[in-house]
Amino acid sequence: MTNPQPPSSHQLAADVAAAEDSAIAAVARAGSAAELDRIQSEVIGKRSALARLNTALGALDPEGRRSAGASINAARSRVGGQIEQRRSMLAVTERRARIEAERLDLTETIALASTTGGGVPLPGGPVTRGRLNLVTQTRDELEDTFVALGFAVAEGPEAETDWYNFEALNMPPAHPARGMWDTLYLKLGKPETVLLRTHTSPVQVRLMERQKPPIYAVMPGRCYRRDTPDARHLPVFHQIEGLVVDRDITFADLAGTIEAFTTSFFGPGIHSRLRPSYFPFTEPSGEFEVTCPICAGVGCRTCSGSGWIELGGCGMVDPNVFAAVGIDPDVHSGFAFGFGIDRLAQVRAGLSDMRTLLDNDIRFITQF
Amino acid sequence: MRAPLSWLRDYAPFDADAERLATAFSGLGLVVDGIELVGDDLTGVEVVRILDIRPHPDADRIRLVDVDRGDGQPLQIACGATNMAVGDLVPLATLGTVLPGGMEIARRKMRGEWSNGMLCAPGELGLPEVDGVDGLLVLAPDIAPIGTSLAEALDLRSDVVFDLDITPNRPDALCIAGIARDLAAALHLPFSYPWLSGPAVDGSVPQPTVSVEDPDLCPRFTGTVLTGVEVGPSPPWLARRLTLAGMRPINNVVDVSNYVMLDLGQPTHAYDFEQLSGGGIVVRRAAEGEAVITLDGVTRALAADDCVICDAKSVPVGIAGVMGGAGSETSETTTTVLLEAAYFAPMAIARTGTRLKLNSEARHRFERGIDPEVAGRAIERFVTLLRDAGSPSLRRGSTVDERCEDQVPTPPTVVLRTERVNRLLGTSLGDDVIAALLDSIGFTTHSVGDGVHSVAIPPWRPDSSREVDVIEEVARLHGYHRIQPTMPAGVRTAAGLTGYQRQRRQVREILAGAGLSEAWTTTFLAPGDLERAGLSPHAVEIENPLDRSESILRTSLLPGLLKALRFNVDRQEPEVRLFEIGRVFEPPAGDGVVPEEIETLAAITCGGDADGRLAARIWAVLADALRLEGVAVVAESLAGLHPGRSARIVGPDGPLGVLGEVDPDVSAAYGVPGRVAWLSVDLPHLIGLPRRSLQARPVSRYPASDIDLAFVVPDTSPAAAVSATITTTAGELLESLRLFDAYRGMGGARRSLAFRLRLRSPERTLTDTELAAVREAVIEAVGAYHGGELRR
Repeated sequence: MTNPQPPSSHQLAADVAAAEDSAIAAVARAGSAAELDRIQSEVIGKRSALARLNTALGALDPEGRRSAGASINAARSRVGGQIEQRRSMLAVTERRARIEAERLDLTETIALASTTGGGVPLPGGPVTRGRLNLVTQTRDELEDTFVALGFAVAEGPEAETDWYNFEALNMPPAHPARGMWDTLYLKLGKPETVLLRTHTSPVQVRLMERQKPPIYAVMPGRCYRRDTPDARHLPVFHQIEGLVVDRDITFADLAGTIEAFTTSFFGPGIHSRLRPSYFPFTEPSGEFEVTCPICAGVGCRTCSGSGWIELGGCGMVDPNVFAAVGIDPDVHSGFAFGFGIDRLAQVRAGLSDMRTLLDNDIRFITQF
Repeated sequence: MRAPLSWLRDYAPFDADAERLATAFSGLGLVVDGIELVGDDLTGVEVVRILDIRPHPDADRIRLVDVDRGDGQPLQIACGATNMAVGDLVPLATLGTVLPGGMEIARRKMRGEWSNGMLCAPGELGLPEVDGVDGLLVLAPDIAPIGTSLAEALDLRSDVVFDLDITPNRPDALCIAGIARDLAAALHLPFSYPWLSGPAVDGSVPQPTVSVEDPDLCPRFTGTVLTGVEVGPSPPWLARRLTLAGMRPINNVVDVSNYVMLDLGQPTHAYDFEQLSGGGIVVRRAAEGEAVITLDGVTRALAADDCVICDAKSVPVGIAGVMGGAGSETSETTTTVLLEAAYFAPMAIARTGTRLKLNSEARHRFERGIDPEVAGRAIERFVTLLRDAGSPSLRRGSTVDERCEDQVPTPPTVVLRTERVNRLLGTSLGDDVIAALLDSIGFTTHSVGDGVHSVAIPPWRPDSSREVDVIEEVARLHGYHRIQPTMPAGVRTAAGLTGYQRQRRQVREILAGAGLSEAWTTTFLAPGDLERAGLSPHAVEIENPLDRSESILRTSLLPGLLKALRFNVDRQEPEVRLFEIGRVFEPPAGDGVVPEEIETLAAITCGGDADGRLAARIWAVLADALRLEGVAVVAESLAGLHPGRSARIVGPDGPLGVLGEVDPDVSAAYGVPGRVAWLSVDLPHLIGLPRRSLQARPVSRYPASDIDLAFVVPDTSPAAAVSATITTTAGELLESLRLFDAYRGMGGARRSLAFRLRLRSPERTLTDTELAAVREAVIEAVGAYHGGELRR
């Protein structure tokens, strides 16, 4: 473009216009920020056409130089504006493209991570989290509920003597009430002296033998009865009992404790009620029912339409039991209650057949 | 105990609906197991007269019968029975009737002849069969006008039957009168016994001799001779009541005996007086070796504590309170009976019944304790009923009542303090309220001062003898639901889980976190299970298992968990990781009588990467999470485990468990494919182990230097031993030691163990000289103690 001849003002004006048009067209063609940087130096840099036209100004008269200089600057500034506009447009496009390229299907990640058992493996290893058994979860939750009500948790042997399972509980040998529990006896000692406990009540006896009142405790544990298994009964099952012995404990305290447990464990809207029953180790004795937690008392299949679920037995500790463990019934009184942990788990989980619990089917265990 | 409402109404005017009555029963502690609505089942069955009987033209065994329904029009019915005659009244199930068995009556053609209904046999109507009669129910000629509904003709009105679950403490509620007494009290209705007008005592009827030799077994025995007895079917209303109450009618003598038992709770027995040698009864202890043939035809061997009823010549004719004998049973030809109404000692009856495994309604009542004073009323009821039930010329002799006052229980009188009632129940009941509640069920109260009553317990409540028992009656009749709940006010000192219980939960969480799910297997094993698992068969046995496959107490969790694996493998779940915490039982040591119980933790896995190493990893996770200190894993060949892949876990005070791989023969015997990892630990021992202290150690701000050393070590040197040597030798500067590779490619009974030692000082940057010294010392020690050579 160098012209050996001194340029005329007209010629220069035409060159500036051409250089500007070409620069603007180049800017518009820039496909990326990097390309735009390169074009920028080409069209308005020190070696650009416009810069070279600037050096040609010297040949013009002062008037012509001033006006040509002004038109070159104006052209540069317009090209510069075009470049900035183009730059911001390219930035938006590039960000859009990067985001699109980085897109991940996170649901795919979750799907890849999940196994049939429901466990999610941690990165770097095939290890999946296992599950606590439904029975354990129920037991822990029951323990926690009673602990929050101020109870301790006591345990004892599963194989017991006749004394702890029956006699100390106000059931001398041949007492007709023994028929309420079908007992499995062990081939140990004299016939029918060593047995598998039919309830966790022996733990109550042991606790009262070794600890003076006040006693506030629950006794969870495994029990045994010579019952043919069916949808609602297992010969090996789990039970939780409670025992309170203190001064001035009343039947109203029993009712209140059961109500407090019921609402605390099942949630608000679930209540309890007592009706008379019989156990040799309590007097007065009762059964307690709770609002059906499945239908909230409306009536459903679980509660046979009654709106209530029979949960367990309870009553005021019989003075004969106190006598057997050396507690003075004139000074102390107390209450006891008990119910099945598996049965409760069954009701809450809507489990149709209790025998499923003993299969240890991994597809079942990992549901909870 | 089934209680028909119509029967209860003999005692009080119950007019509430069934639901209201059921609520009242429940509030009394008489649990309603079921409510049955009966009597609507005979709708559509009518009394008709037979007008004509003629043969069926095309069938030998069917006859055509014309009946009159009251409109004089003959209606043709086809019938297979032969026991009826023209003029008889019989029941007709009319078209559209659904019989109790579910059969629906429709107009049908039988071999070309129409049948417009069905003439019914008693069984088809749900009525008692008449002994010796096969065919239709032929009704008494004057029973009702033709066309009357059968239910009305037989006085079988619709009824409600409550099936009540009577708790063992309430023998008084094992009869209609007792149930009605409670129910009347709850509903504030008057209770009264119906008026009886039995035949007066006839002096010409003989008196039996009654001799009770052992009054401790039989405190009271009454005998009454009845003549003019005609054995035959019971009237329909009586048979119906028994049927509703769940007993099968047999003949009037047996039925009346059952009726009186259900009505008043007094079991009675009628002996054929002619069959009793010597015209009397002896009640005594059985002699060892003596036997009697009971009503069911079985010869029963007696024991010395059994109470037997004998004839006057002391020959046993029945087992007291349990079952009568075959020889003295009443029969169709019996005309004179000796009626027994006795009170037997409950414990004696329970003992004999349990030993002979003989259950009867009588035993059920006697062993719980009947009312010792009800015999008189029962005899009166029996005599009246039997006369009205087909023995119109019945005569009764005077009752011989052998009663030993020392042995007949005397109902106690109890002092009841109002303050005590309210203190135990948490109520504020007044003296008069308490008295009224008790009086309503026959507990007679006398005020003996302010706030004190003397309460006479009625003889039908043997369960009640103490103040607390009477308080229960107050609570029951007041209504449990009316006692306002409160919370115990006492201070609790020992709430919460014990350390053991908290740590047991922690162990569960650690194992679940390591990917194992919790199982619980049954405590029972089958014979052979332990041997199959390679374990000692020495275990506690169950005396009376429900099934032989559940007759052994587990001494290990292995068999049960192997069965659980097998269960899952069979259901296309080949990768299973389980753990269990449960008790195992060792036979008692020394002169102990109860088994030793050990709460045991076990983990088992199959499929995937399961093998002995996985068991070791699980243990490592557990030991690390529990911050165990000073616990070693020592290779050892162990029962049930792969001999080359098993180890014992040993703590500072001895072994506490095992880990490794289940012996392939054992897993194969249990049908589990592939390798099975196994870990078993005595849980209390584990939880009692010493832990690394929670004392904080300062974290050094100086750089660490790692030294990698690979040693070729003979297989006889366990990695744990080499690690221990390195740890000891490297001393205080060793921050951590990690085995990062084990390589066996160089052949021979040796392998390469590559360790990374991280050295760091809390005070300064270590110098090359210091690092070189540690390196040399470690190489030398491993060489000296384990024959290890540095791998170049």
